[in-house]
Amino acid sequence: MARFAVRRLAGMVLVLFAVSVLVFAIFNLIPNSDPAQRLAGKNAEPILVKSIEEDWGFDEPLPVQYWETMKKIFSGELISYGDQLNVDERILEGIPISFSLCIGAAVIWLLFGLLFGYLSATRAGTWVDRVLTVGSVAGISIPVFLIATVFLYFLTYEIELFPASGYEPLTEDPIQWAYHLILPWFTLALLNIGVYSRVLRSSMLDVMNEDYVRTARAKGLSERRVMTRHVLRNSLIPITTLFGLDFGATLFGGAIITEYLFSLGGVGQYAADSVTNLDLPPLMAITLFGAFFVVFFNAIADLVYAYLDPRIRLGESAQ
Amino acid sequence: MSEPLLAVADLRVGFATEGGRLQAVDGVGFELRPGEVLAIVGESGSGKSVTAQTIMGLTRSANTTIEGSVRLHGSELVDAGEEELRRVRGEQIGMVFQDPMTSLNPVYRVGSQIAEAIRAHRPGLSRQETRELAIELLDSVGIPTASRRVDDYPHEFSGGMRQRAMIAMALALEPEVLIADEPTTALDVTIQAQILRLLADLNRTRNLATILITHDLGVVAEVADRVMVMYAGRVVEEGNLDEIFYDPRHPYTWGLLGSLSRIDRPRPRRLPQISGAPPSLIDLPQGCPFRPRCPHEFAKCTELPPLEARVPEAPHHCDRCWLDPGQKREKRQVQGRIGLEAPA
Repeated sequence: MARFAVRRLAGMVLVLFAVSVLVFAIFNLIPNSDPAQRLAGKNAEPILVKSIEEDWGFDEPLPVQYWETMKKIFSGELISYGDQLNVDERILEGIPISFSLCIGAAVIWLLFGLLFGYLSATRAGTWVDRVLTVGSVAGISIPVFLIATVFLYFLTYEIELFPASGYEPLTEDPIQWAYHLILPWFTLALLNIGVYSRVLRSSMLDVMNEDYVRTARAKGLSERRVMTRHVLRNSLIPITTLFGLDFGATLFGGAIITEYLFSLGGVGQYAADSVTNLDLPPLMAITLFGAFFVVFFNAIADLVYAYLDPRIRLGESAQ
Repeated sequence: MSEPLLAVADLRVGFATEGGRLQAVDGVGFELRPGEVLAIVGESGSGKSVTAQTIMGLTRSANTTIEGSVRLHGSELVDAGEEELRRVRGEQIGMVFQDPMTSLNPVYRVGSQIAEAIRAHRPGLSRQETRELAIELLDSVGIPTASRRVDDYPHEFSGGMRQRAMIAMALALEPEVLIADEPTTALDVTIQAQILRLLADLNRTRNLATILITHDLGVVAEVADRVMVMYAGRVVEEGNLDEIFYDPRHPYTWGLLGSLSRIDRPRPRRLPQISGAPPSLIDLPQGCPFRPRCPHEFAKCTELPPLEARVPEAPHHCDRCWLDPGQKREKRQVQGRIGLEAPA
């Protein structure tokens, strides 16, 4: 366990370093991205640009700038180029929103994805399976921005069933919190409901052919028990890996469009705004933040994986 | 003679496949009495495993057609409901499978998998009680320090131990019938002997009726009372152990016996084999299915021979071969021993 933690921690540092260097490099390669010019305004005097460059340290060599930026991220002193507010504070404000969105969406996609996958695997070939297959493929194929637009148009504009935007903190009013989040949750979950039901279906159909499932039947277990305790349980192992990757990636990737379209004001929306404004400091911080959670949830997934499959022992080499 | 415990009659199992209907088992019948060991012998695809699994209703599916009759204590299993079959499985018929490496669920402890079998039929027992039973069972099949090994996962067991655990599981509810489907095929030779001895002991001490499915006549010779040889879904010869080994009547049986390597005979330069491959079950040759591989084929073989006793002195030794029983004695001699000569 200790070895596992140490190895994961070392891996995390490497990933964060690589990601931050990459973002920094890409930003500096984008044409028209000179921050001093942008801070000074369109028709600024060259002397003003020059002084901004000196004030903000843009005249320093790139590695020095990188180092300074990183130092500021971790000491909480990083200032955005755009609104010139503290980046870390803005991210911390957005975190409850992003987590509310992603955890809720994850619960929905796991619940429906696993339910639909289980139903279509245990009824493979029947009309139930066909309907769910068509539904899943449709869910996978429809892009998030389209779903969001359709939801917004029909459910908030036409029949005014749900609020169009905004976020209510859970601590203030849980009902309003959920009410404001229902549409974003389903928007974000729809794709993964399709993916998870497909993955679980094929995983279960594979496991059904395993010898130990035949053994379970030969023992005289009921069909339901064979399906849940032997087939479903063993089919969840690949789902865990998938979920570990997806949850981290959704939190700081997939959620961006949803947060933006529903104006939730979370970290994803901050990311979207910063990209539009070519605002490097928030982008650096958000990327690091996202990368941290991807690696973190992956490690959690590995722990769950080892729990689900006793043949896997963490931190030991395979035998 | 006592009433048969298990009576299988004219059992037919067909699978709908993309290539057409596949008749995996075609008219198999036998009776099994308490304490008897019946060996079903044949190549892969001869229908022996399908026969065994069909007895317990394990081959049922939308693509399977099952006809004929399987009676346990006189009650019909072929058209029994799922719940009735569930009670038969494990409780009255126990089953051991070929590959102990894959037949245990890797994510559950060995003991809990045995306990699960017990609890499926005795819901009133507590966890502690079933655990005690599992330990006793593991001990009875020769697992050392069973009280500690009961909490091991299958991957912590060796192949032989896993097969012992499988046997313990199959016997957990003291069934009257044990079906062992190639129980030693996946094991080392030394372990094979141990497992066979265990099965033979259980058969004797518990008066357990046993169906032993194998392609290994060496295994048959050690434990079986009666032998049924299957080819392409049909029984081609059946008789008691001595009849099959010393007076085999079907050329396919000669081929099986001839390809045995025996340490009490001079070793042939090359181990004889039956040339050719088993026929496709979707498209069987007309008449005797063994005809294309048989060097003794003659005109009459395009007609399917019935399974019947062809020598009055041995009324229970039946075969499906048109050859004259007198001629067979000569034809099966290959280099001074029983075998199937290579086709010209």
